[in-house]
Amino acid sequence: MSAVIEVEKLVARYGERTVLKGIDLDVQAGEIMVIMGGSGSGKSTLLRHLLGLQAPSSGTIRLLGEDIYGITSQRLVELRRKMGVAFQGGALFSSMTVGENAMLPLREHTRLDEQTMRIMMRLKLDIVNMAGCENLMPAQLSGGMIKRAAMARAIIMDPRLLFLDEPSAGLDPVVAASLDELILTLRDATGMSIVVVTHELESAFKIADRIAVLDHGDVLVCGTVAEVKSSGSERVQALLNRRIQPLELNPEEYIRRLTGGPVSDGARA
Amino acid sequence: MRNTAETIGRNTLAGLSEIGLAAVLFVESLVWLVTGPRQRQPVRLSAIAAQCVDIGIRALPIVAVLSFAIGAMVAIQGIHTLSIFGAESQVTLGIALSVTREFAPLITGILVAGRSGSALAARLGTMKINEEISALTVIGINPVRYLVAPALVAMLLMVPLLTWFSDVVGLLGAGIYVSLELGISFSAYIGELQQFCKVGDILHGIGKSLLFAVLITLVGVVNGISVTGGAEGVGRVTTRSVVHAISAIVVTDMIFTFVVTR
Repeated sequence: MSAVIEVEKLVARYGERTVLKGIDLDVQAGEIMVIMGGSGSGKSTLLRHLLGLQAPSSGTIRLLGEDIYGITSQRLVELRRKMGVAFQGGALFSSMTVGENAMLPLREHTRLDEQTMRIMMRLKLDIVNMAGCENLMPAQLSGGMIKRAAMARAIIMDPRLLFLDEPSAGLDPVVAASLDELILTLRDATGMSIVVVTHELESAFKIADRIAVLDHGDVLVCGTVAEVKSSGSERVQALLNRRIQPLELNPEEYIRRLTGGPVSDGARA
Repeated sequence: MRNTAETIGRNTLAGLSEIGLAAVLFVESLVWLVTGPRQRQPVRLSAIAAQCVDIGIRALPIVAVLSFAIGAMVAIQGIHTLSIFGAESQVTLGIALSVTREFAPLITGILVAGRSGSALAARLGTMKINEEISALTVIGINPVRYLVAPALVAMLLMVPLLTWFSDVVGLLGAGIYVSLELGISFSAYIGELQQFCKVGDILHGIGKSLLFAVLITLVGVVNGISVTGGAEGVGRVTTRSVVHAISAIVVTDMIFTFVVTR
């Protein structure tokens, strides 16, 4: 296997706040990599950097061997044709039907005739169990259908890299399980590499070849499901066992945060 | 005192940054219009046509009503004022110049800012909140080419056309009142208009409307893409875009009139 995604020493800062603290990560061809972490762990920021939507403060990201922040915009567009993305909320274009949404990448990047595009669109909708829904508007879809339609759009160009942001979040267990099955089927059928950002433990354990656990902008552990489960890290275990992490502040620091200034003698007392 | 200075400084920087962003978007839109076809990524004609219908055709009734009313209002005020000097027969001169040079472009600009500028800000704001703009980017579609350039072209086509339409309807409204009030025939009123109203006066208004079109688009786009805070944020930028666009129109109108008239 060879790495299709290589992240080296990735740092992301917003003003004085460091959200990603020098992350190293790689994703191999045909692998399903799940990025997990609690709220504020930096997983959404990492995804935006992987998608080329946000330049890093420092560090490099190589997708399919190309440094995405070091290539021309034209080259980046060509690279994006090999990527598919399904956002958490679907990000379907509300003025277009499901079919038009799914066909948009084909319209923009290929010279296929209308009939061929329609056949491809119907094929992809069929793969995601949305056959016959091409004329529906996004507003007419349920949460699960929106995610499926977004996935159809993401795979319409047969990408080599597929990014899924919280694919099963907010769905009932049956629909979530069917989406997990769909992800596995897609990988097995096409050999594409899939990066899934999620905080759903059950889903992650089911689909992942490897899991990277993020916490406060660091990768705590990256390995197979078994390796992650047996990790000695207290924070990883807290996340896996859904334990509330203790507040790591001493009383003085806590009072300083609340008052917005140095700790007074009265407060110390 | 220090806080006030800090606030003024921060707001000034934010304002300058928005002006800079607007300038970049304008230039980028023009670049896409010129180079898009060569890169096999043309600005979509279907989107331009759809926006033309929205901005232009659907605005015709309201532009007609307001232009007619303003034309008649200018005639009423003109006759009332000139009658003090016994010069009400000269009212056509005032009507011709004020409608074509000022009222038609101004009222059209304000209407389009309220209808279409706000709609543009709301649409882009909603798209940003729903990650649709990010989705376009990751699909490999430049959002400026796909969303901004069609709106800019449609505005540049429709605002001058609406202004010309407003000219016609405003002068018609004024003419009907003048005919009834002063007892002159409508054809005599048209004859006076032809005598007083030069092509340059109409072009003066059309020239302004082109500037207004650019302002309305850029203000709408900049506000739309800078949205934060969900649905409430979309409402906020929509209101902000209307206020900013109308303010920009009125100030630009004054500067344009000052520069061109002197």
